[in-house]
Amino acid sequence: MEFQVIWFVLWSVLWAVYFALDGFVLGSGMLQNFVARSDIERRVVINTLGPVWDGNEVWLITAGGVTFAAFPTTYALMFSYLYTPLLLLLFSLIVRGVAFEFRGKVDDPRWKNIWDRALLVSSFLPALLFGVTFGNIFKGLPMDAAGYHGSLVSVLNPYGLVTGLLFVLLFVVHGGLYLSVKTTGAVKTRSVSAASAAWIPLLIVAVVFLAYTYPATHLYDNFLAHPGLLAVPLLAVLSLLGIKVFLVKGKLLPAFTASSLTILLVVATGVVGLFPNLIPSSLDPLYSLTAFNSSSSPYTLKVMTGVAVIFLPIIIAYKIWVYRVFRAPVTNQDVLDNKQAY
Amino acid sequence: MDVVSLSRLQFALTCAFHFIFVPLTLGLSVLVATMEVKYGRTGNELYLRMTKFWGKLFLINFALGVVTGITMEFQFGMNWAEYSRYVGDIFGAPLAIEATTSFFLESVFIGVWVFGWNKISRKAHAVSICLVAFATNLSGLWILLANGWMQHPVGYVLRNGRAEMVDFLAVTFNPNGWLKFAHQISSAYVVAAFFVLGISAWHLLRKNETTFFKTSFKMAALFGLVSVVLSGLTGDIHAVEVGKTQPAKLAAMEALWDTQNTVWISLLQLPDTDNERNYFEYIKVPGLLSILATHSLNGEIKGLKDFPKDERPPVMPVFLSFRLMIGLGMLFSLLAFLAVVLSRYDLLERYPLFLKLLVFTIPLPYLANQFGWIVAEMGRQPWIVYGIMKTSDGISKSITLGQVVGSLIGFVLLYGLLGAIDIYLLMKFARKGPDSDVSSLINTAKRKV
Repeated sequence: MEFQVIWFVLWSVLWAVYFALDGFVLGSGMLQNFVARSDIERRVVINTLGPVWDGNEVWLITAGGVTFAAFPTTYALMFSYLYTPLLLLLFSLIVRGVAFEFRGKVDDPRWKNIWDRALLVSSFLPALLFGVTFGNIFKGLPMDAAGYHGSLVSVLNPYGLVTGLLFVLLFVVHGGLYLSVKTTGAVKTRSVSAASAAWIPLLIVAVVFLAYTYPATHLYDNFLAHPGLLAVPLLAVLSLLGIKVFLVKGKLLPAFTASSLTILLVVATGVVGLFPNLIPSSLDPLYSLTAFNSSSSPYTLKVMTGVAVIFLPIIIAYKIWVYRVFRAPVTNQDVLDNKQAY
Repeated sequence: MDVVSLSRLQFALTCAFHFIFVPLTLGLSVLVATMEVKYGRTGNELYLRMTKFWGKLFLINFALGVVTGITMEFQFGMNWAEYSRYVGDIFGAPLAIEATTSFFLESVFIGVWVFGWNKISRKAHAVSICLVAFATNLSGLWILLANGWMQHPVGYVLRNGRAEMVDFLAVTFNPNGWLKFAHQISSAYVVAAFFVLGISAWHLLRKNETTFFKTSFKMAALFGLVSVVLSGLTGDIHAVEVGKTQPAKLAAMEALWDTQNTVWISLLQLPDTDNERNYFEYIKVPGLLSILATHSLNGEIKGLKDFPKDERPPVMPVFLSFRLMIGLGMLFSLLAFLAVVLSRYDLLERYPLFLKLLVFTIPLPYLANQFGWIVAEMGRQPWIVYGIMKTSDGISKSITLGQVVGSLIGFVLLYGLLGAIDIYLLMKFARKGPDSDVSSLINTAKRKV
């Protein structure tokens, strides 16, 4: 019993941290074409991401691996039922990764232009598809004894799309704030404007999402049963408002911290509402995949807990070290100085 | 074609494509780390320039290895849901542990290495690439332990309608996984060695940067010779273990139809699967197979006829791949030996034909690695988990033919494009040669020391 709850929490933490970390990479990727105009400016943008994007993406690989190891039935059904959206997500992540690496390798404006466009699309699509996927998980998938009754079209339902839009805007604001902190000069100014501009639609979509969640999902059931839990969505809203407060005051690092917290708390709101479900069935709760009915054996969970207890602190320690090493904003000169830079 | 065959084809293609990049990453990370450590020890700029040049090629290759690796994790769930559900309890653990112990380390420190030239001390920078090399190789171990479990399942019970782990140590110390690891790592190093040898040879033929490429050549030649010898030794030990745990695979590797003692190997032979015999068997070496596979002259080896027809792997591709792998391995031993001797006595320029040959050898170790995996994976058929679960039972129930056709076309187009770009970029930067100007870099690096 206990291990299943621990792994539900760890599973949630992995997704939350992944979205908070890759969120600003995806957001910066979406903004690159807009906040950076010249080639050197565009290089600055992707070089702010260079030292961290790969390490951030590993949180996704780990979230996937942990779903496989701790909740194999959920992993199996989630990935096979959502075959097409996940395939598109996979293709986007592949293109994004090579876009960073390939862009600077040929000194031709057309070549660079292709990869700038590719980066835009391959950053937008994962943001949207992750949102759509999680929107559908919140809502529940149409599954019962006979299997899955959905399709790509049914996944693109209004609630899924609202969640998709929420993720896109969250990441745009998050990415804009990251670039505000990590760049200087014109790119910084434009990034601040982009984050401010995107914040208003984000607020509207967040309100719509919170309201729409009531009729579209059962997420609020847990909150109504334990009203104390309402602190989680409340804090999410406060952090969202905090972003604007700090932006107005020109405090960029606190604003970025607030957007990180917003993402963590949005995911927390979702999983608190889901518990103990990992993927509810929208047809019959009997066929919902829960932390209890889809988990690995207690022995496997125990072994995995041991691994997590030893290695997670080590990972967190060296990740913090890396973010400290690369804490300074990236300037044009930095990019020109390092021949291995993107 | 049905959903199962198309999913198998897709898995094979995406895995083989991923495995174009992995062996070079495994081996070149070790070589580049060695170069940078040498630079740290000697302060000789030549090693810094080597680190930079080979490091650039390493990174182009690395990027594709990373992104095509995500596909592997997605595909188990997407196409092989019944397999994932059935074995996730025991097969998922090594994958999750791989991500936690190795992939994080590798991905974080590759970023530090690429972008940290002017940010951290020279020592910390060299440590970063060493950590990348270590983590990359450790990552291989966990993946091969997962694969080893599919080949030779251990440490489990069948309970609650699935395979549940009961002994983590048995999974961790599965001899099949460790032998695969040892054989794979050394074979991957052969790929990297011949990659460096071939490119160095190309430049030596043109008299570009001769000191630079002779030093690179020497290092790679020794690395290649040691690796190819280890690859052969570990391959032999692995084959003995396969004979014990997967007798049908061994029989297919040798196209042996009848169970016998003191089994010969014939140097020229071709299997005729339909008639359960060989078209011809020429130049027989008596007892050789028994000696190799059982380490005893009169050891008994099971023939294919001892297995029901629906439990035999496809004989022809397994047999041919095995032969080609061995043949290529022998060729590499000879070439690596010559490379060591000729570079040791500085005779390379006297044998331009040898250098030319090395340029054309670059793709061959890649092929040998792929052949090895054809033996391992097709030789495991019809099982997805040897003796426990058939491949056809592992397929996702919910996916349609249209979905798999669509994804397969998508993969072929996307991977085809990426593969072409990768080869173009590797050739471009390999031909360009090392940067002559590292002064700006040295200055900034010294500032921090």
